[in-house]
Amino acid sequence: MPQTLYDKLWASHVVHAEDDGTALLYIDRHLVHEVTSPQAFEGLRLAGRKPWRIDSIVATADHNTPTTDWNEGIKDPISRLQVETLDANIREFGAKVYFPFLDRRQGIVHVIGPEQGATLPGMTVVCGDSHTSTHGAFACLAHGIGTSEVEHVLATQCLVQKKMQNMLVSVEGPLARGVTAKDVALAIIGRIGTAGGTASAIEFAGSSIRALSMEGRMTLCNMAIEAGARAGMVAVDDVTIAYLKGRTFAPTGENWNRAVAYWRTLTSDDGAQFDRVVRLDARDISPQVTWGTSPEMVVPVDGRVPDPEKEKDPTRREGMERALIYMGLKPNTRIEDIRLDKVFIGSCTNSRIEDLRAAAAMVRGKRVASNVRLALVVPGSGLVKAQAEQEGLDRVFRESGFQWREPGCSMCLAMNADRLEAGERCASTSNRNFEGRQGAGGRTHLVSPAMAAGAAIAGHFVDVRNWK
Amino acid sequence: MEKFTVLNGIVAPLDRANVDTDAIIPKQFLKSIKRSGFGPNLFDAWRYQDVGEPGMDNTKRPLNPDFVLNQPRYKGASILLARKNFGCGSSREHAPWALVDYGFRAVIAPSFADIFYNNCFKNGLLPIVLTEMRIDHLFNEVNAFPGYKLTIDLERQMVITPDGATQIAFDVDAHRKHCLLNGLDDIGLSLRHADKIRAFEARRRTEQPWLFG
Repeated sequence: MPQTLYDKLWASHVVHAEDDGTALLYIDRHLVHEVTSPQAFEGLRLAGRKPWRIDSIVATADHNTPTTDWNEGIKDPISRLQVETLDANIREFGAKVYFPFLDRRQGIVHVIGPEQGATLPGMTVVCGDSHTSTHGAFACLAHGIGTSEVEHVLATQCLVQKKMQNMLVSVEGPLARGVTAKDVALAIIGRIGTAGGTASAIEFAGSSIRALSMEGRMTLCNMAIEAGARAGMVAVDDVTIAYLKGRTFAPTGENWNRAVAYWRTLTSDDGAQFDRVVRLDARDISPQVTWGTSPEMVVPVDGRVPDPEKEKDPTRREGMERALIYMGLKPNTRIEDIRLDKVFIGSCTNSRIEDLRAAAAMVRGKRVASNVRLALVVPGSGLVKAQAEQEGLDRVFRESGFQWREPGCSMCLAMNADRLEAGERCASTSNRNFEGRQGAGGRTHLVSPAMAAGAAIAGHFVDVRNWK
Repeated sequence: MEKFTVLNGIVAPLDRANVDTDAIIPKQFLKSIKRSGFGPNLFDAWRYQDVGEPGMDNTKRPLNPDFVLNQPRYKGASILLARKNFGCGSSREHAPWALVDYGFRAVIAPSFADIFYNNCFKNGLLPIVLTEMRIDHLFNEVNAFPGYKLTIDLERQMVITPDGATQIAFDVDAHRKHCLLNGLDDIGLSLRHADKIRAFEARRRTEQPWLFG
């Protein structure tokens, strides 16, 4: 029977299955960071257990790390304790590789895994972080888990799982200039909603997806969780294989050839059955801007803030009204008339080299608008930062009035010092516009890197398709 | 993990859809390296009028009188009635930790986000899915009758109204039910299959050696 990519990934990792379908699923790669692991390591310690397979663990500190003044260490004592706890846990229990704070290869866990070749096709990848779906770009079964499951994977190398449903999101046709993977992701979420992919693994397919770089595919899979799907994935093709060749932990020699031969099979078979199919035409996708407090509250940049009075469903209408109050917006406001206080370019969604190049291309030779009091660029990793500096992108950003920072999660979730103050409005390349996400009372509009860069220069949203 | 058998408790209604885990427990409290003590910061941004930070004396902070959990009639609530897609967003298990630490043992909603749903079972917190119609009805009942209580019988998979007249069946998968009823942590259960895990791993090491080392 023809299988989907997800069917193949699932079947190749089942260690044991109960009659009710509950399975023990083998985990190949376990990514660990400082926020969701301390209680798991403590649990191991209390039970007198050891990690099952140390060489599956790739660890880094990213959520709490500062993006300025690295020579001064981590000033917040609670953040510092959490990072030092990770240091101590890795020292005690071990890992394949650890990129601690200050290491030149440190960075956001979902940027460094692929960058190092530690994320390989056909793997199961888990991490105590919902954006683990990012790694599905490599035809992995990758998803976020809670801390109890982090402990479970440490102790058993397996997860207790039930199979999800198969969902196909197909996007066909060429994307317009200025329309990126981020816009595709937001357009999909706008279509199916933030619970549209619940209980499903989404495979993204179609000619528009195949035309994306690995960076673009990572952005798309990253946002699968914002559509409610724990896992998003893209089949292996030449783009996948070209990206992996020569990466630090990618196989070499005869193993490379064997691996590539296997990886080529990681696609959905012709005639494979999906439980649900959603189709989008790339020509219908414009640059997207969220206006509310959920990623599904999204409109094209040439659109307007919607009017709750036109919404029939009472729960939805109340949600819209509440969002408009929180966001300080009036119905029917033109998106291009929304003025910004801050701009954030970074996060596991959009902090890779391609993202920084796209943003830099927008701002070269221009100045950040005077009403924008802070425009931040936070590279996804030390290696992305070094690459960008080698290309002179740091200079482009600095000369335009952006701040060029050290890598980390930064203002995506504002666990470190980078945050919005109450009432501040931000164009952000991150993934969540929830209330308070970027700082208590902060107002987040999710956009692509090019859109964020354009907004920084103009001081309000602009349609990048018309950018000169 | 604490066992869950039969729960009889006050129901608190949280009447908004898409409640995310950032709202359940804001990020500044995720810096803790413990798994307890999150209750006072459950729904922190909605519950208090000031901005909460770790280390504050929460008993001295100004409460938001409009927030449902601050209303005296819901004091001591152990069942949270919620709307669709409850627990969306971040995978932080601090969300169920905070709910349990506050005193909740069950959440009833038309739907849950996957990771949150999964995390609940690891912490003796029972998430129950009922139809939108049932949920609407329960919201009406809770609003109409102060002190409204429900009984949840996990063994029988029933939600029972105060007069006992209505018994609403719910689904829960067998493995999770077994773990909750008996307070079992599933690491121990999984390790009963240690030999199978080792055999699987050995085969994988031969077939895909590049995944190891």
